[in-house]
Amino acid sequence: MRAFTYERAGDAKAAVKAAASTPGARFIAGGTNLLDLMKLEIETPAHLIDVSRLNMATIEATLDGGLRIGAATSNSTVAADPQVRARYPVLSQAIVAGGSPQLRNKASVGGNLLQRTRCAYFYDTSKPCNKRAPRTGCSALEGLNRNAAIFGATDHCIATHTSDMAVALTALGANVETLMPSGQSRTLPMLVLHRLPGETPEIETCLETGELITAVVLPPPPPGGQIYRKVRDRASYAGGLASVAVAGRQVALGMVAHKPWRASAVETALASGASPAEAIAVELEGASPLGRNDFKLPLVARLAAAAISEANGRGA
Amino acid sequence: MKTTIHVNGEARSLDLDPRTTLLDALREHLKLTGSKKGCDHGQCGACTVLVNGVRINSCLSLAVMHDGDAVTTIEGVGTPEHLHPIQTAFLTHDAYQCGYCTPGQICSTIGMLSELSAGAPSQETPPGAAPVLSDAEIRERMSGNICRCSAYPQIVAAIKDAAKVMA
Repeated sequence: MRAFTYERAGDAKAAVKAAASTPGARFIAGGTNLLDLMKLEIETPAHLIDVSRLNMATIEATLDGGLRIGAATSNSTVAADPQVRARYPVLSQAIVAGGSPQLRNKASVGGNLLQRTRCAYFYDTSKPCNKRAPRTGCSALEGLNRNAAIFGATDHCIATHTSDMAVALTALGANVETLMPSGQSRTLPMLVLHRLPGETPEIETCLETGELITAVVLPPPPPGGQIYRKVRDRASYAGGLASVAVAGRQVALGMVAHKPWRASAVETALASGASPAEAIAVELEGASPLGRNDFKLPLVARLAAAAISEANGRGA
Repeated sequence: MKTTIHVNGEARSLDLDPRTTLLDALREHLKLTGSKKGCDHGQCGACTVLVNGVRINSCLSLAVMHDGDAVTTIEGVGTPEHLHPIQTAFLTHDAYQCGYCTPGQICSTIGMLSELSAGAPSQETPPGAAPVLSDAEIRERMSGNICRCSAYPQIVAAIKDAAKVMA
């Protein structure tokens, strides 16, 4: 691990100010992904700003009937929260589908959203990777790309976003609250937070340098049932091959793109009377598999159709 | 950097390079070598300890971030003369072969049983239901602890037995 300096932020405003004015600074909360990558020298921050003890770990009802979850809340705490389990079960289910209990106890909500891809070439520092080392090439294009994206990828990067939690938040239409170095806060829809790779896959979000995620805000749950389904190579503690989150008529797919994928074509088709199977077929018309990940098409088709049917059978 | 951590009930003051993980602070600085370094990347669970009663991977945490925290390692769980019921159950059921993962398995079990009794969800239990300590539930909740000798059937049996004794 490269050497770095460390400070514990007194409050969020001091944290963003320090982050914007210190070259190579990064925030750390749970640290479960960042420290893993620092040990491999994939992440090499010069300075860490500890935001784990800021007053950002509460879960509270909002005036409009939604829920505001502080960004430093642990994943386990969110999954176990009585309001989350009663009104947003898809979020609880998605969280317990990810990582291990030990990781979920430590990992924060903000950090979960900003976790990096698990693409094998991002982790292999001996190989080119545009995301890790910009403009060196994408080794996955001709390599081990069984788990690559089927939506929105480019020749520059075919990696996927691997968060389960983010897929549920996307289906629920959540917003992310941030604090900018200027002291201004802003609200970003989940749909806007993450970027597609384009020609700059090293830029994964629209956050500015020093901008800190302070909370995730859920709108009131949409009418209808909710469900999260994930498919992976072993029954527990494994990254997903594909996942789907359903909240009423709102649907998001996971591990199929560089960001959580809101399945808007599915939603439009469902609204005009299509069956779940017909609706997901429309979405998949826009997919671009690469050969080794062709299996994701029938997998996503069956997974999404089953989950939408089950959620709507439960719902209403 | 000056850091004080309450380890197994005793305040321990250390002056650490910020890079030091909690695991390395325990093993290399405090000579508490019960917590094991397996993968050092949060994949195996051999380094599992309890921080303020909650199980975490000590390899994926910086020691300086634990100033003032209470850490329990296997050395604080029981002694050869006064074994914890989970330790007794692991012995009774021969729930290990090489033993390298065992301190992490036992610390993880302590955390897991308290999560279960608090009604924490898992993918084995639907969000609205109260979890019960079935074999499937134990396997799911202990999936962050790998045993390369594959003593899993005995580990499950030991945990079920220990939970009865502790109830």
